[in-house]
Amino acid sequence: MKLLLKDGNVINPLNKTINIQDILIVDGKVAAIGRELAASLDLDLSRSTSGTGFQPVVFNDEETIKDACPTISVINAKGKYVVPGLIDMHVHLREPGFEEKETIATGTQAAARGGFTGIVCMPNTEPPADNQAVISFIQQVAQKTGVVNVFPVGTITQGRAGKELSEMASLAAQGVVAFSDDGAPVVNAKLMRHAMEYAKMLDLPVISHCEEPALAAQGMMHEGFTSTMLGLKGIPAAAEEVMVARDIILANLTGCHLHIAHVSTAGSVELVRAAKEKGIKVTCEVTPHHFTLTDEAVSSYDPQTKVNPPLRSKADVVALQAGLKDGTIDVIATDHAPHTQEEKELEFELAPFGMVGLETAVGLVWTKLVIPGILTSCEAVAKMTVNPARILNLKKGLIEIGAEADITVIDPELTCVVKPEEFASKGRNTPFSGWSLKGLPVATIVGGEVKWIK
Amino acid sequence: MALKNESMSLKKKHLLDMQSIAPEEIKLILDTASSMKEILFRSIKKVPTLRGRTIANVFYEPSTRTRVSFELAAKYLSADCINVSAAASSIVKGESLVDTARTLRAMGADVIVLRHPYSGAPYHLAKLVSACVINAGDGTHEHPTQALLDLFTVQEAKGELAALKIAIVGDILHSRVARSNILGFTKMGATVRICGPTTMIPVAIERTGAHLYTQVEEALDGVDVVMMLRLQLERQQQGLFPSVREYTRLYGLDQQRLALAKPDALVMHPGPLNRGVEITSAVADSAQSVINTQVTNGVAVRMALLYLLAGRFTGGQE
Repeated sequence: MKLLLKDGNVINPLNKTINIQDILIVDGKVAAIGRELAASLDLDLSRSTSGTGFQPVVFNDEETIKDACPTISVINAKGKYVVPGLIDMHVHLREPGFEEKETIATGTQAAARGGFTGIVCMPNTEPPADNQAVISFIQQVAQKTGVVNVFPVGTITQGRAGKELSEMASLAAQGVVAFSDDGAPVVNAKLMRHAMEYAKMLDLPVISHCEEPALAAQGMMHEGFTSTMLGLKGIPAAAEEVMVARDIILANLTGCHLHIAHVSTAGSVELVRAAKEKGIKVTCEVTPHHFTLTDEAVSSYDPQTKVNPPLRSKADVVALQAGLKDGTIDVIATDHAPHTQEEKELEFELAPFGMVGLETAVGLVWTKLVIPGILTSCEAVAKMTVNPARILNLKKGLIEIGAEADITVIDPELTCVVKPEEFASKGRNTPFSGWSLKGLPVATIVGGEVKWIK
Repeated sequence: MALKNESMSLKKKHLLDMQSIAPEEIKLILDTASSMKEILFRSIKKVPTLRGRTIANVFYEPSTRTRVSFELAAKYLSADCINVSAAASSIVKGESLVDTARTLRAMGADVIVLRHPYSGAPYHLAKLVSACVINAGDGTHEHPTQALLDLFTVQEAKGELAALKIAIVGDILHSRVARSNILGFTKMGATVRICGPTTMIPVAIERTGAHLYTQVEEALDGVDVVMMLRLQLERQQQGLFPSVREYTRLYGLDQQRLALAKPDALVMHPGPLNRGVEITSAVADSAQSVINTQVTNGVAVRMALLYLLAGRFTGGQE
């Protein structure tokens, strides 16, 4: 099986280079990278096929590609970015336990449509992914029904209850890429210390959902003028920052790699920046909704804007964008959190937290960061490829000869209106419905196979 | 019945908040309320204005005062009035406001008066029904009809609202009455001072234009109106104030403190009162107190609103 990506602007996020190149994929691996590969293939093909020679074809749909295989498929990537397969290191796939919200099948389809070739799934399933059996189940279902790579995260504590450690070594043996009680913070600092010590021994990162629950106090949205006027309980920025500070101190104590999930405040960015300067092993991520929207989006009491951590102030959004620019924020991850329509139809205070993100992420990154010049396309791509891959010790994130051919094609000129009803995800809960986004994925290739093409 | 301003009408279909209401609309409501108040002092307190209209009082929170006020307002205008009270427990997941809204829409209520423990619930309802929605208090957001009756009461006593100084004292953080009154009085040109312990002052409230005080003596100095808020005693367990004793000592309104305000200052309270906590009986029952007038005016203002909304819009069946 051969696939040729022709004339694309190939981004190497590590060297920060963009070159017009062809990429030849053979048997799922990158076989050649260079100019005019098509020409050299010509001879090759005339020998292996019936002598008709090489005919470049633009394939528009999966059917055509399937028809054309196993000879060769060609994707004309002229004017488009060809980038390492995007990795979303913060996804809620909901299976097992909440299949009405999402399944591994639908979640990975949404990932493919969003340009992601790999996703990291959080362990707040039912039962939670706190033992080998659940991880094994996720891996098997992903193998059978998934269309992109799925990397599971194991819990830090049993049942995500924050009381006793999970069997972290067994989880590691089963192949988890990190530990997290995401959605629930580990409130007990001593337990968090031990979790970090243990994770360090296993050479895996701990992903911390930083939220001091007593300060968050059942808040619904960012504490500020908007929450005051709406009469909704606020979650102060301090609720996040107190725990970011604590966990950085514990990372310093233990030497564990701490990754802070979904930073949302200026203060968190500042804490991480200072910690990095001191050489503490800390990384962090931001979501597209946090660098795009402010708490004013909540003004209509639209439950689609209810998310945790909450949409913050304008000053926080500016600080997050600055943190992306100067490298304090390593990763862009979606915190894709699908919920049913019924749940999101409830009153604001009753509706669950969370929004889907897989199918709007690239569009928001391009529209809000790349086009306005906050990040270069190379920088943006690095935060969705090589950076998360390095944090999670994945042999992914670069297009190299011999590497698994996980590749995403992005059309920087393509503009589309967000239509949740067309999402592959079961979750339609997005505040971006009707937004016009520019710069979108057009093809997702996983292990050399075209899993989605526009 | 001769009503003034019959040619004018509200631009809005719903009354959800004071935030989005224009000063001219407030003026119209207050003027209409004056006419309505005359009806309350007739020997036969009933006019046929809203005959054939249906008002549904949907109360998800226990409230006697506001519900009865709306009920009387509806009955004095000859509307049919039904009361739907749901226990707070029934609004947990499963029995949603959406379903209640659809039921009421199918039944053809013209006006829905909603009291709900969750901020924003009336907006949710307004999107789902064809009836006019009146917010009768939502969570810690707003209580616009209370603000309107307070504005009416002050205007009635003082003539003009502009240039008055109003002090609102107590738990501002949890008070929907405070939010609506800050917005309402400020819109009408009055100066609003808010006063309470810092733990009960919501973040950035001064951006409304209200002036912030933590010393009640300073807040009351020279004001035209003193509005005391009810202290929810359970806030003590939440660490918002150390004890009722200390709260009363710092913020309770007694004769001595009242003397700091203008000699003819009005004393107001949205009720129900914690006598001896935020206000002494001597002050609550003094000549300066308009607490009972507030109740009477509540009916007049709600009649005005029902007239202005139900008189123009009809819900109708689906």
